[in-house]
Amino acid sequence: MAENSSLVRSTPAAMAARLKRRYAAETRFRLAGITAIALALGFLATLIFTIFSNGLTAFVQTSVKVEVAFDPEVLGIGNDRSPDALAGANYGQVIKESLYKQFPTVEGRSERRELVGLVSSGADITLRKMLAANPALIGTTQSVWLIAGDDIDMAMKGHISRTPGADGNRLTDRQLGWIGDLERQGAIRKGFNTTLFTTGDSREPELAGLWGAVVGSFFSLSITLIVCFPLGVATAVYLEEFAPKNKWTDIIEVNINNLAAVPSVVFGLLGLAIFLNFFGMPRSAPLVGGLVLALISLPTIIIAGRAALKAVPPSIREAALGLGASKQQMVTDHVLPLAMPGILTGTILGMAHALGETAPLLMIGMVAFIVDIPASPMDPAAVLPVQVYLWADSPERAFVERTSAAIMVLLFFLGMMNLAAILLRKKFERRW
Amino acid sequence: MTAQTAAASLADRRLAKVSSRDVNVFYGEKHALKHVDLDIRANEVTALIGPSGCGKSTYLRCINRMNDLIENCQVTGSLSLDGDDVYDKKVDVVQLRARVGMVFQKPNPFPKSIYDNVAYGPRIHGMARDQAELDEVVMSSLERAGLLAEVKDRLEEPGTGLSGGQQQRLCIARAIAVSPEVILMDEPCSALDPIATAKVEELIDELRENFTIVIVTHSMQQAARVSQRTAFFHLGELVEVGDTEQIFTNPQHPLTQGYITGRFG
Repeated sequence: MAENSSLVRSTPAAMAARLKRRYAAETRFRLAGITAIALALGFLATLIFTIFSNGLTAFVQTSVKVEVAFDPEVLGIGNDRSPDALAGANYGQVIKESLYKQFPTVEGRSERRELVGLVSSGADITLRKMLAANPALIGTTQSVWLIAGDDIDMAMKGHISRTPGADGNRLTDRQLGWIGDLERQGAIRKGFNTTLFTTGDSREPELAGLWGAVVGSFFSLSITLIVCFPLGVATAVYLEEFAPKNKWTDIIEVNINNLAAVPSVVFGLLGLAIFLNFFGMPRSAPLVGGLVLALISLPTIIIAGRAALKAVPPSIREAALGLGASKQQMVTDHVLPLAMPGILTGTILGMAHALGETAPLLMIGMVAFIVDIPASPMDPAAVLPVQVYLWADSPERAFVERTSAAIMVLLFFLGMMNLAAILLRKKFERRW
Repeated sequence: MTAQTAAASLADRRLAKVSSRDVNVFYGEKHALKHVDLDIRANEVTALIGPSGCGKSTYLRCINRMNDLIENCQVTGSLSLDGDDVYDKKVDVVQLRARVGMVFQKPNPFPKSIYDNVAYGPRIHGMARDQAELDEVVMSSLERAGLLAEVKDRLEEPGTGLSGGQQQRLCIARAIAVSPEVILMDEPCSALDPIATAKVEELIDELRENFTIVIVTHSMQQAARVSQRTAFFHLGELVEVGDTEQIFTNPQHPLTQGYITGRFG
């Protein structure tokens, strides 16, 4: 019976059928894999396309050319030319008067208010800076490009309909008409949005910038790096090279691996309880943010560090010990330098992870609205992902594109860090 | 043991550079080396032969206490170097390993320059007072390892860039740079081609003048070529030890005879 079946199984026909099934199974398996990759790439492409199509316009900013008459009477400074007087002068009034002069047909309070709305409410800062730099301009009339209001900006970029009377339009028909007039005069243009990269946050989208968040992220990550690199490397070296292998080190190892999987918001709560409530550190400060991020990155760095140390071949350790090197000499002279590229790669990836963290920072108050650019890690600051979160929450249409722009900047930094990690790995790749 | 052989053994022991009595090694529960009594004479090459897993490498690694690195490894009995107990609590392994150098199975130069490879030992032991002295040590070590002529123009190039045989001779140069008394070699030619092997064997023969050498080898021809004395291990026991010529021409124990004639192994 058994003999018979084995004969049947080895006949060429049965063999061919079995082979066919095997190849069919393999083809199905490959197809499943390709489909999965195609799906993932599709989602990624959609995401990138959405971000770019929304965000690219944020890198340009509309401005309006206004003939500004620096009349000392309108400025309200009389004959006083001191810097204090110039700083406190009424530039808003100057802009208003200049606009009224440019559009003499505009009459009536509400119409005039609409007219003034062409220019950003923060445009007076431009004028103040001009006069502070050159007080001789007082009494003259200058052509100045002033930042346009956010709705004008949106209309120019096509995010708001320019058809008069369109449903839900935030611009009045009169304002749309003026935009047309300005375009014909060549007095409205789109230029590179330097504000986005030089200022802090603002309630006015056209004045809001990322620089405060970039600096905040930089301070936070610096603190994170300073804290968790030495701690992480020391822990990895001790656990891998010196610690006895027993129950206690097993428990520690399991716990470090588990810590890497703890939701980051929990670390935020820990930071809130320990750094803010117990140690009384300043709220919203990159110092605390960096410390919390260090807690989050530590397990990653320790695990990466241990893997890198493990990858150093035992033959190198034996060579050093066989020559009479002490264990510490073996580690510092040979094992650590060889493991360093791997440790650094792990550290950079851990940092990149920390750069993208949002939730734990919300817990320690880094979600505050902060206009000033932080000068030290003790100052209140925002960080890039939190800035994305804040802007995404803002109702103005112009913040939609700025949110996408902030995401692009964040992705740019993440990409740079990953690139650095890859280059580092390539450069120091070693085979034994 | 009769009184006569005991006296002979005592005399042997005085002659011996490395002397072991009743050495046992346990890896956890496993009894890897059983009651080994072996004397290694100064300025001779002693070959340790035997089938895989017979304990010859284990014995070798007892001499410079490399077994300390293995968890659960326990060594009992007495093993002495020039009459000093190697396993005494007061012995500093760092110092011991400066006296007993080691060359490994696979060439393992540090991924540093050729110069730094050789200079590392003298540096950590503070054996050179200044750069000139260090240069001298490095050059003479490379010279004695027969490598100087091949590498003298590229001392700054990485040691890992050399050929396998050159790497192994670099490792020998690195070992002799700290002026050890004994050099342990754990199958030093098993990763080398026949020509490189011949060079290393020649080198071993020259080094005998200044060092005591213990070599573990799987090649009986090699043992016959380079050694003066041969010890045959089997299943953790030292079966027979004697002059190489006697072991290969007139083995006393049937196991030894079986092994060298290729009946097992």
